[in-house]
Amino acid sequence: MSRTPLDTVEHAAETPDVELPWAELGLKKDEYERVVEILGRRPTGAELAMYSVMWSEHCSYKSSKVHLRQFGEKAPQSDALLVGIGENAGVVDVGQGYAVTFKVESHNHPSYVEPYQGAATGVGGIVRDIIAMGARPVAVVDPLRFGAADHPDTKRVLPGVVAGIGGYGNCLGLPNIGGEVVFDACYQGNPLVNAGAIGVMRHEDIHLAKASGAGNKVILYGARTGGDGIGGASILASETFDDAKPSKRPAVQVGDPFQEKLLIECTLEAFKEKLVVGIQDLGAAGLSCATSELASNGSGGMTVTLDDVPLRDSTLSPEEILMSESQERMCAVVEPAKVERFLEICEKWDVIATVIGEVTDGDRLEIFWHGGKIVDVDPRTVAHDGPVYERPYARPSWQDALQADDANKLVRPGTSEELKSQVLALVSSPNQASKKWITSQYDHFVQGNTVLAQPEDSGMIRIDEETGLGVAIATDGNGRYAKLDPYAGAQLALSEAYRNVATTGAKPLAVSDCLNFGSPEDPAVMWQFAEAIRGLADACQQLGTPVTGGNVSLYNQTGEVAIHPTPVVAVLGVIDDVARRTPVAFQEEGQLLYLLGDTREEFGGSAWSQVVHDHLGGLPPKVDLERERLLAEILISASRDGMIDSAHDLSDGGLIQAVVESALLGEKGARLIVPDGLDAFTFLFSESAGRAVVAIPRSEELRFNDMCGARGLPVTRIGVVDGESVDIQGEFALSLEELREAHEGTIPALLA
Amino acid sequence: MTARIGVVTFPGSLDDRDTQRAIRLAGAEPVALWHKDKDLHQVDAVVLPGGFSYGDYLRAGAISRFSPVMETVIEQAKSGLPVLGICNGFQILTEAHLLPGAMLGNNHLHFICRDQKLRVENAGTAWTSDYASGQEIHIPLKNMDGRYVADERTLDELEAEGRVVFRYVDFNPNGSLRDIAGITNAAGNVVGLMPHPEHAVEPLIGSGRTDGLPFFTSILKKLVNA
Repeated sequence: MSRTPLDTVEHAAETPDVELPWAELGLKKDEYERVVEILGRRPTGAELAMYSVMWSEHCSYKSSKVHLRQFGEKAPQSDALLVGIGENAGVVDVGQGYAVTFKVESHNHPSYVEPYQGAATGVGGIVRDIIAMGARPVAVVDPLRFGAADHPDTKRVLPGVVAGIGGYGNCLGLPNIGGEVVFDACYQGNPLVNAGAIGVMRHEDIHLAKASGAGNKVILYGARTGGDGIGGASILASETFDDAKPSKRPAVQVGDPFQEKLLIECTLEAFKEKLVVGIQDLGAAGLSCATSELASNGSGGMTVTLDDVPLRDSTLSPEEILMSESQERMCAVVEPAKVERFLEICEKWDVIATVIGEVTDGDRLEIFWHGGKIVDVDPRTVAHDGPVYERPYARPSWQDALQADDANKLVRPGTSEELKSQVLALVSSPNQASKKWITSQYDHFVQGNTVLAQPEDSGMIRIDEETGLGVAIATDGNGRYAKLDPYAGAQLALSEAYRNVATTGAKPLAVSDCLNFGSPEDPAVMWQFAEAIRGLADACQQLGTPVTGGNVSLYNQTGEVAIHPTPVVAVLGVIDDVARRTPVAFQEEGQLLYLLGDTREEFGGSAWSQVVHDHLGGLPPKVDLERERLLAEILISASRDGMIDSAHDLSDGGLIQAVVESALLGEKGARLIVPDGLDAFTFLFSESAGRAVVAIPRSEELRFNDMCGARGLPVTRIGVVDGESVDIQGEFALSLEELREAHEGTIPALLA
Repeated sequence: MTARIGVVTFPGSLDDRDTQRAIRLAGAEPVALWHKDKDLHQVDAVVLPGGFSYGDYLRAGAISRFSPVMETVIEQAKSGLPVLGICNGFQILTEAHLLPGAMLGNNHLHFICRDQKLRVENAGTAWTSDYASGQEIHIPLKNMDGRYVADERTLDELEAEGRVVFRYVDFNPNGSLRDIAGITNAAGNVVGLMPHPEHAVEPLIGSGRTDGLPFFTSILKKLVNA
């Protein structure tokens, strides 16, 4: 095998004219020139590898940074926030000495290329973010979006994604308690696979990603490093080596959940014995990211000997080792005296652990290979000083026409018979149908603390067996609303997730988001992005729920056609005693049904307009954050004081969708009366925000009405839990059997 | 006095802590056992919990069956130590030949998680005496490889000797032969089943029922009265 001399720092200084494949690695010319300027010489191949991955859109947020700042600038005052944006995940105080960390991330592109592994490693990555904060992961959630339900490719992508999420999460022992599944032709070719995770720790156990204390050791532990997940690095490698080595390595990583389970247990045991000064997981950009972030967040510099990294493939080049995204790896900074014990714990769990470097009192990150220095950089320039773009943005020319195409003017059902058939069409449509076929592939019992799981409004986990303290999480997003108005769409996503948490009886505390958009190089997409962030930041400020972290996924588009702008919002809430939680299912016959909030003629972006007319136009429902706050307060008080036995938020599909779900889950029907001032159609299908339907024991009716009256929340008695059908008096009745067949038959018929 | 019930943690065990909780809620004392440690620490009974030991990458339970702790479990089970294998634990028991038959992948090829209806066919084992024979219960089920198979003669033998302990009712979730959900050895001290009784011990949590608690009260009574 012939090879060129090792491209050391010295060599780079001596050979300024060597051409490096910066463009193939994704850097722009001016970005490469900046690297040269920072270093005062051309970068080595290894340095170029690090800069190119760390300055990528995915790692540097270069297009989104200027907008994301608003989450910090507009952050509401909150006593709950212990760790904010910028760490692996945000941390929230939930009382009784407990802290909760949570985050949502995207794994969209890999999941389209290789659905099973793409989705599986998405779960793996978000779970490592949670462990890296010092927490034990306690649950996962998965907001998913696919192309049209009946498109042939959906049958390839969806089952693979679902099996991958289940295969990984189930094997890790994490209950899957929530998420969404949405179908829309706009996601054809660009499915959105977002993964969220929650972890719990005591306040004193919070860990951060920083390398401090000269002399402390840097330990890489977990899986060996292989050639998987290397994007552009192989280009560099092929420049350095001849053709004798394997090429075309898979760009999608392969997950090993068993290894990750061991990693969780061994990391938590090391935390428990207070052996860890700083910690970082290896996700995107692998060692490049972990070493540069640990070093730049700490007080000193770092040296790393790359020869000590345990490899799966001995032919890997240093550039490939630095860029490899092999899964199930973590990096810990440990005091010298504690290294032996740390390694013992790793050995107990059969986890490979190796000291690969040391924290120094300098300010450089230096990496060595075969005795030569191949990286000598200021780590901040790699991790934090990436390019920042003020991408041009402009309201798209078609936005006015789209909004003028008013859904409220669509033809409405003229007879009771037509109304009935549209109800059946709605509850059996792929988006509104039961997702049991999907969620039954996820373990929601493991760990023995699951109080609520999908299809409840929010997932709920008990975190203290003695006191009953629990946390709830809901994720929501509606790309159709956001397409009609990105500012309002983002606020509606927050409103819905906030409402979902409150509906189960928990108090909303904090927000994480996953912002899925098309190409930032398209000014129309950039406008959607800017508007969505502005909307979300404004709404978080008003509702008092800070954004603790999140993720941006851009370039979700094929050719010129972008996905609907899809901000997915996760809201975390706390409940003092999970015994007081409110489920969706009707509990007892004879209980009174009340509709909370105002119902208006709002059909823009609605499920009805999609199912019946295949239409998207007009304006989304009106946002009223003060109403959301009041509704949440009422729902939480009513749950705490035992006034309601079941509750369901109203969102896509409107009241009829909510009532059908509560009836089917509770195996009890309902008799409904169309209230004065509303027509049956608007009553059943409107998607006005800020509403919920609750079931109240007769003995609590007076007290509940008094409470709502005193606080100024409009409520309407709409019926009673009763019988074996959903009966809209004077219009039509549908038996539970008929509804169940319609609601539960669709997804298996399409996918099984 | 109470009984000490050991719960083995293999690498990849998932329900070990839940099982310890169930034992505690039943009034017994849970004892954590480690797969590399042959010593059973004077426990009166052992539970092999659910999970994906060694990732189930080879065949569910195939590697765990050779772990040091299993040497002692196998030896003592043969002289009467009560052993319960749940899900992956059941798979380990068949791999260890403490129970006959084997588990294949679910016939629909998907992981399945549901609240499963079962009939207690034998309330005479160490782990089922607090049930009544013929009683129908709901216990959460969650597995990838839950299809119980054995040759016809073995199945006939199990039936004839009353060693089918649980059967799936209304819905067979994985294609198990003769709807078998759980079986026992001839002596009745070793029981294995696919569903997870440890997930049905608190009214608020999981399935919202407590139908699984009698597993743990059965063994406690047997041990305390012995």
